[in-house]
Amino acid sequence: MSASVAAASEQYDYDIIKRFSVMAIVWAVVGMSVGVYIASELAWPFLNFDSPYFSFGRFRPVHTGAVIFGFGGSALFATSYYVVQRTCQTRLFAPGLATFTFWGWQAVIVLAALSYVMGYSQGREYAEMEWPIDLLIEVVWVAYLAVFVGTLMNRKQPHIYVANWFYLSFILATALLHTFNNIAVPVDLFSMKSYSLFSGAQDAMTQWWYGHNAVGFFLTAAFLGMMYYFVPKHAGRPVYSYRLSIVHFWALSFMYMWVGTHHLHWTALPDWASTLGATFSIMLLLPSWGGMINGIMTLSGAWDKLRTDPIMRFMIVALSFYGMSTFEGPLMSLKDVNALSHYTDWTVGHVHSGALGWVAMISFGSLYHMIPRLWKTEMYSVKLINAHFWLATIGVLLYITAMWISGISQGLMWRAFDDFGNLQYSFVESVAAMHPFYAMRAIGGMFYLTGMCLMAYNVFMTIRQGVRAEVAAAHTAPAAA
Amino acid sequence: MLKNFKHERIETNAGWLLVLTMLAISIGGLVEIAPLFFIKDTTEDVKGVRPYTPLESRGRDIYIREGCYTCHSQMIRPFRDEQLRYGHYSLAAESKYDHPFQWGSKRTGPDLARVGGKYSNEWHVQHLLKPRSVVPESVMPNYPWLLTTPLDISDVGARLRALRTTGVPYSANQAEYQRNVKEFGEPVARMLHIPDAQRNLVAQAQEGNYDGDRTSVSEMDALVAYLQVLGTMVDFSKIKPEDLVKYR
Repeated sequence: MSASVAAASEQYDYDIIKRFSVMAIVWAVVGMSVGVYIASELAWPFLNFDSPYFSFGRFRPVHTGAVIFGFGGSALFATSYYVVQRTCQTRLFAPGLATFTFWGWQAVIVLAALSYVMGYSQGREYAEMEWPIDLLIEVVWVAYLAVFVGTLMNRKQPHIYVANWFYLSFILATALLHTFNNIAVPVDLFSMKSYSLFSGAQDAMTQWWYGHNAVGFFLTAAFLGMMYYFVPKHAGRPVYSYRLSIVHFWALSFMYMWVGTHHLHWTALPDWASTLGATFSIMLLLPSWGGMINGIMTLSGAWDKLRTDPIMRFMIVALSFYGMSTFEGPLMSLKDVNALSHYTDWTVGHVHSGALGWVAMISFGSLYHMIPRLWKTEMYSVKLINAHFWLATIGVLLYITAMWISGISQGLMWRAFDDFGNLQYSFVESVAAMHPFYAMRAIGGMFYLTGMCLMAYNVFMTIRQGVRAEVAAAHTAPAAA
Repeated sequence: MLKNFKHERIETNAGWLLVLTMLAISIGGLVEIAPLFFIKDTTEDVKGVRPYTPLESRGRDIYIREGCYTCHSQMIRPFRDEQLRYGHYSLAAESKYDHPFQWGSKRTGPDLARVGGKYSNEWHVQHLLKPRSVVPESVMPNYPWLLTTPLDISDVGARLRALRTTGVPYSANQAEYQRNVKEFGEPVARMLHIPDAQRNLVAQAQEGNYDGDRTSVSEMDALVAYLQVLGTMVDFSKIKPEDLVKYR
């Protein structure tokens, strides 16, 4: 085993993967800390401290940017570079360009966070970055596409493995979405401020076409790519169904792009557009569950690993949350359900069951699998992985339960009438009623963050032990180095 | 031909995989977005809707800067409870000059699409400074810096010019000014004239006295001016219910 790993590290370009893996964990800790902080602001508003830099409105995109693009993005760069090399049995194409994607991407995350607290924002959810940062993203992304496709072309295998289809689809879709959602006119060349080219209904449509597919491709297709490599690899079993993977890949890629309009039910967007979005959302249940079934069934015959291996448990629980939230999503896209759920915390809960339950947990599983292999060692502590698993699971459950209750309560309170046909509650009564659930959500987040800190410590110790062993080996056999 | 088709042909050729994936992900957006620029539902004019004045526009910049959209929507849905709580449902035309749109996705606080005229300027100032001094249960942050920070008006002309590039009918010359006079009437057209933007901004702030201090223009002036115009442009008393069907 150790001999093959040693050979692999010379065969493949691992340094870039190590860097992205470490930054994924750093950004997870940062982004989740900010998340817990802004959640606490909603429960205890004195935490805004009368400061522009900490106020919820500016801090919220720092949270979403750090977790989606910092943590999620770095985890995707790391795993995609790992998977594409190993499944194509070749080194990365243009390693210099790959290094550029690392520094470029980290610069994007830092500049975005700084610009938000300074008050620069496009006012578009998950695309708040102003135009100079958008241009940097564009350049980094084209470099990423070149590295990825170049590596695919250099493959020593006739077949392109299924995980790479999903990564490719994610890279292409993100390029398309990012480009068209950020067309803006800057105030002048030396101003950070810009105005979007589109306005009103057209702008809303473009933004939610982007917004939902940031979820569909950045946070789903790409993580399915991760799943397709790491679940079978870790379970030591082949993917359950090759045919299912083909069908659900094409169906998912095609259908996701239609569903963004379900964010705009009952708005000034034409009815036909949001009806189309809802229709495709319902149909999307099938390819989504296709992926879930393909992942979970890959474990058939090795179910006992769930009892003994916390990494496997992360992966399977991630797939279960994926199945749950891709069922909840179509439900919420129905116009009658959406009339109640839209504008409430239910949406926030739904996003987090996907983000904390699926995206983050499949990443944790994959990183725990990959990191010891990158540094040629074992994980420092399996017990800590287990503790992380339970803290994370309890954290998500607290979070989404709090948001279900508060979301549905808000929806019902806003539409409640008294016996005389007047509104039963003032708006602020609904705000006051949410307090316990906002506190509960913050506590759920704290559980999740604590688990994340355990992971950071565990990974730090693992890397240290890996580096020390390497140094010791170099000392005993200087000629070999 | 289809009978002989094997998926293997795609998965052994990176070029095919790339092209076909691109095709699969392009169709949805194309079908849903492109028509919106041409169909009547989303492009129709409604009487009264005008671009923001320089002061209101700067207020809108501050609204975006502070991330108000993370907690407040500006899109009233056609339900009885929303009509009672917020007023008439929002029309597409009412946000036609909104670059970017600020419909929002979350109501941690109430919808603001028709907040204009609902409260006094004094209330808004007090509420933005210390929300809990007027609404004890509120969870909104305090915004004390809005009152103490003078509004930067140096680049207001450049900002309006950028908006003009996106298609908002601010006038940069006499011909465009005359077009605006015809379209919006003279008092509005004057406010939309870019060469006079700074002067108009200061005049509106002094006349409106939004923050209670006429001697200087603060960010509070701009933000309150923006909030006070939200949803007030269309006079719904002059629109018959049957006219509205076509706006949905």
